[in-house]
Amino acid sequence: MLKEYKTVSQVYGPLMLVESVEGAKYGHIVDIEIADGTIRHGQILQVEKDKVLVQVFEGTEGINVNDSTVRFLGKPMELALSPEILGRVFDGIGNPKDDGPAIIAEKKLNINGNPINPYARDFPNEFIQTGISTIDGLNPLVRGQKLPVFSGAGLPHDDIAAQLARQATVLGEGEAFAVVFAAMGITFEAAQFFIDDLTNTGAIERAVMFINLANDPAIERIATPRVALTAAEYLAFEMDMHVLVILNDMTNYCEALREISAARKEVPGRRGYPGYLYTDLATIYERAGRIKGRNGSITMVPVLTMPEDDKTHPVPDLTGYITEGQIILSRPLHRKAVSPPVDVLPSLSRLKDKGIGEGKTREDHADLYNQLYAAYARGKEAQELATILGEAALSEEDRNYMTFANKFEERYISQGYYDNRTIEQTLDLGWELLSMFENVELKRIDAELIAKYMPRFRDKK
Amino acid sequence: MSELSKGTIIKVAGPVVVAEGMVGARMYDVVRVGGDNLIGEIVELRGDLASIQVYEDTVGVGPGEEVVNTGAPLSVELGPGLISSIYDGIQRPLDQLVAAQGDHILRGSAVPGLKRDVKWRFLPTIENGTKVSHGDIVGQVQETTLVLQKIMVPAGVSGTVEGLNEGEYTVEETIGAVVADDGSRTELKLMQKWPVRQARASRRRLAPNEILVTGQRVIDAFFPLGKGGTACVPGPFGTGKTVVQHQLAKWVDADVVIYVGCGERGNEMTDVLLEFPELVDPHSGEPLMKRVVMIANTSDMPVAAREASVYTGITMAEYFRDMGYSVALMADSTSRWAEAMREISTRLEEMPAEEGYPAYLGARIASFYERSGRVICEGSPERTGALSIIGAVSPPGGDLSDSVVQATLHVVKVFWSLVGRLAQQRHFPAIDWLTSYSFYKEYLAGSFEDKEQGAEFAAMVQEAMNLLEQEAELIEIVRLVGAESISANDRMALETAKSIREDFLHQNAFHKVDTYTPIAKQFDMMKVILHFHEQGLAAIENGAETSDIFKLAVREDIARAKYVDYADKDKIIGITGIIDEQIKALYAPVA
Ligand SMILES: Nc1ncnc2c1ncn2[C@@H]1O[C@H](COP(=O)(O)OP(=O)(O)OP(=O)(O)O)[C@@H](O)[C@H]1O
Ligand SMILES: [Mg+2]
Repeated sequence: MLKEYKTVSQVYGPLMLVESVEGAKYGHIVDIEIADGTIRHGQILQVEKDKVLVQVFEGTEGINVNDSTVRFLGKPMELALSPEILGRVFDGIGNPKDDGPAIIAEKKLNINGNPINPYARDFPNEFIQTGISTIDGLNPLVRGQKLPVFSGAGLPHDDIAAQLARQATVLGEGEAFAVVFAAMGITFEAAQFFIDDLTNTGAIERAVMFINLANDPAIERIATPRVALTAAEYLAFEMDMHVLVILNDMTNYCEALREISAARKEVPGRRGYPGYLYTDLATIYERAGRIKGRNGSITMVPVLTMPEDDKTHPVPDLTGYITEGQIILSRPLHRKAVSPPVDVLPSLSRLKDKGIGEGKTREDHADLYNQLYAAYARGKEAQELATILGEAALSEEDRNYMTFANKFEERYISQGYYDNRTIEQTLDLGWELLSMFENVELKRIDAELIAKYMPRFRDKK
Repeated sequence: MSELSKGTIIKVAGPVVVAEGMVGARMYDVVRVGGDNLIGEIVELRGDLASIQVYEDTVGVGPGEEVVNTGAPLSVELGPGLISSIYDGIQRPLDQLVAAQGDHILRGSAVPGLKRDVKWRFLPTIENGTKVSHGDIVGQVQETTLVLQKIMVPAGVSGTVEGLNEGEYTVEETIGAVVADDGSRTELKLMQKWPVRQARASRRRLAPNEILVTGQRVIDAFFPLGKGGTACVPGPFGTGKTVVQHQLAKWVDADVVIYVGCGERGNEMTDVLLEFPELVDPHSGEPLMKRVVMIANTSDMPVAAREASVYTGITMAEYFRDMGYSVALMADSTSRWAEAMREISTRLEEMPAEEGYPAYLGARIASFYERSGRVICEGSPERTGALSIIGAVSPPGGDLSDSVVQATLHVVKVFWSLVGRLAQQRHFPAIDWLTSYSFYKEYLAGSFEDKEQGAEFAAMVQEAMNLLEQEAELIEIVRLVGAESISANDRMALETAKSIREDFLHQNAFHKVDTYTPIAKQFDMMKVILHFHEQGLAAIENGAETSDIFKLAVREDIARAKYVDYADKDKIIGITGIIDEQIKALYAPVA
């Protein structure tokens, strides 16, 4: 039974207070019919006696205290699901946005989901080949992992996200794969770029998009990642698909949350973000994973822009505290036209060791990335020294490492957005670059592996 | 309480519910909330208005629904069946929840903490007719191959034991009884309950006087933890807090380990669940899981249960301490616990102190760590137990001025400071040797059977520390005036400091051998590094070039010592001989 009320008493910010309501429940949704007959959607944030505080997804602009009717729907927000969602484009709360028909629900699921029981989880350990050397070679992604991209305004995170969606695959398996893309507050151009890219490669057939653009209602963004993840869970755990979820841009999501919090006059945490931001983000990010006995999986790549490239800003900071590593983009590399400009040294995939090695990628993988990392770190130091003191001041050894770092950036890091390298190509390229060093310099690699994989020895055979 | 008091919900705000009409309710009483019977706990009382933190998701709950007071405080079940279990923050067994509800955690479950249908072999250790009182051990149950659970007389019970019999019992069956002087009988069971927010009593507190060996070199040698002591591990994300906690849970020389995953990742708990049964305890040769209890209230699980999880963990830890065991509790991360407190406090509309945390934050943190300690346990036979606590702290942006870090530093005695700079250099554990500290250093020497050797180790560690401090100063000088300008002896000091860092402090948690270093091996490794230093200085004295000293082949042996299995003991200490030989060769032209 739908209950209707015309008792809106206050409207402020994105919030609305409705009075004399009976039987309202926390977390349930409402429909709001405003004076011009259009319908808006809201969710109950707090109920006190007969007073109900509602957050309005589309914003409160134009809502009038006297002429609005609020209908209590008596349930939490749900998403209609069926296999037909593949290939479709929806708005930020899950209404079709393309020309396709409404989804005839085979199943309706609460968009908030439920926490995965830690005992039911299966550990992520299957290597995903992304075709991007800095990821596959140095920071491997595994199925069920959550690995964010920390970017900044004007950096090409959209290109990387699109490249991931295009190229990510698990080696040697013909299993069903899908991409769920959630856009929160990104520009029309960025969203269109993504849609076009998926369309051109045919990947759109196995993609689901939820699009909230920069000029769409901000509060709607609070629902968008949850709606997208509900679709992903359906595809992964009911349809046995391996789903890659891209959430772009989580900074915009957090700003919407901050807006609600400010309107509620909550005690703010750092930089005005609510104290519960960590928990709120965790309820999104932790929906990635694998479950024992299920075939599908959810791998998540949240994209966020760091205000002023500051890693300690609450959004990247709290994200880093929840996710399993991070891929950080570098402005200096971007300026040098290195693409994708992955900042190798502070980037890290924490689950890398679980998905590589013999039988998964190749036996030399771990030693190789340790050596590449060490050599590049050394070369970067030399690069910096050279900018301060001039190249002439460098020792022979330092100069060598600097040469390595330069080549590493030009050839290994930089590959463009359309080069899809196999893991063998990535590994072999690493060896090729290391071949400029004597064996004794390669302390992190097992001698047997050097003998087996180093080009100068391989060629002799 | 004959009649369970009932009230009516008037407000729901996230995890906090307010009910009116809660006559006779007491703080921390457990209540059942709404039609789904959600579990909650009273955290504030004003007249007959009770504010309740709810341990399950409150979506769908509203005013008018009923709240029923159980009249009992939030308690855990203590007895056989704890070891190897994995619980949520309020002791619901997660494995059984999967069986009951499926892969996701749903609401309204009432699976008890200890299995009711398992029979345990109980062996009395005292005669019927013995006078007993609180804490006396009446018998035991071999719970796992590693843990012999002692069955103790519960608090408040004393009298004469009767009807105590060997046999197979479930945790609810009567194993015997205690008859008080006034004739009243209390039945004894394998299980007892204890309210989590109340510390379990012990007869007397003692100061720690021993090191808790962890097999982690930078910890044992430089910043050791005392048995019954407290430590904190703060650091920005990705610096290795969890790896340190896991390493300790694996290798610490304790009888029982309680691991509290408080508001962190689900996959990390799965990692422990999958890995620990495969790992072998170096002391007993048994699977490590056979001494571990896990509490997993991950970041996506309800925050109120997260708030409770550290209390659930520490109460279990105290229970095993009371048996006379050495128990180690890890909490990862106490910041998430503090944030849960903050969230509840905000919803209660309490006056916030710094960073929105409640004013009682410091007091709560202090009383949590104060539940650690080495103690003489309650009851006979006389025994000492120890409870050590290691808490991870996750300060925003890695900023150590954070309220939780500061409140923690007020009470803990060991500070392992993880820093981003070292983690980025992949120097793990990324414990900053210059700013970390331990108040238990003086007990280091005692951890060796041979006291003289212990004293020597302590002296070597001090020398190594001096070299590291010297390194920090020298690096400054080199930066200002260049490497050429420092003396050969200083260059030697720099080289040795580097060796201490790379060959001793750096320890790979994921390497088969390197993951755990027995204290005797730590001694040998340190000895070898410092022997090289000494011989190097002697060689300089005799006119050798530092560059030749640094190039000696033996340095490779020193660097590889960490990967040498200590079954091959002589291989490490034997390096001193090789050092002597190779250094002598440098003297040769002079002679
Ligand atoms: N002792 C070690 N040996 C090898 N690698 C390590 C070690 N310690 C940490 N690492 C590396 O650092 C990564 C991050 O460590 P960890 O997960 O413990 O960080 P954390 O401080 O707990 O981060 P968060 O606060 O985000 O939970 C690990 O995945 C691993 O790659
Ligand atoms: Mg951690």
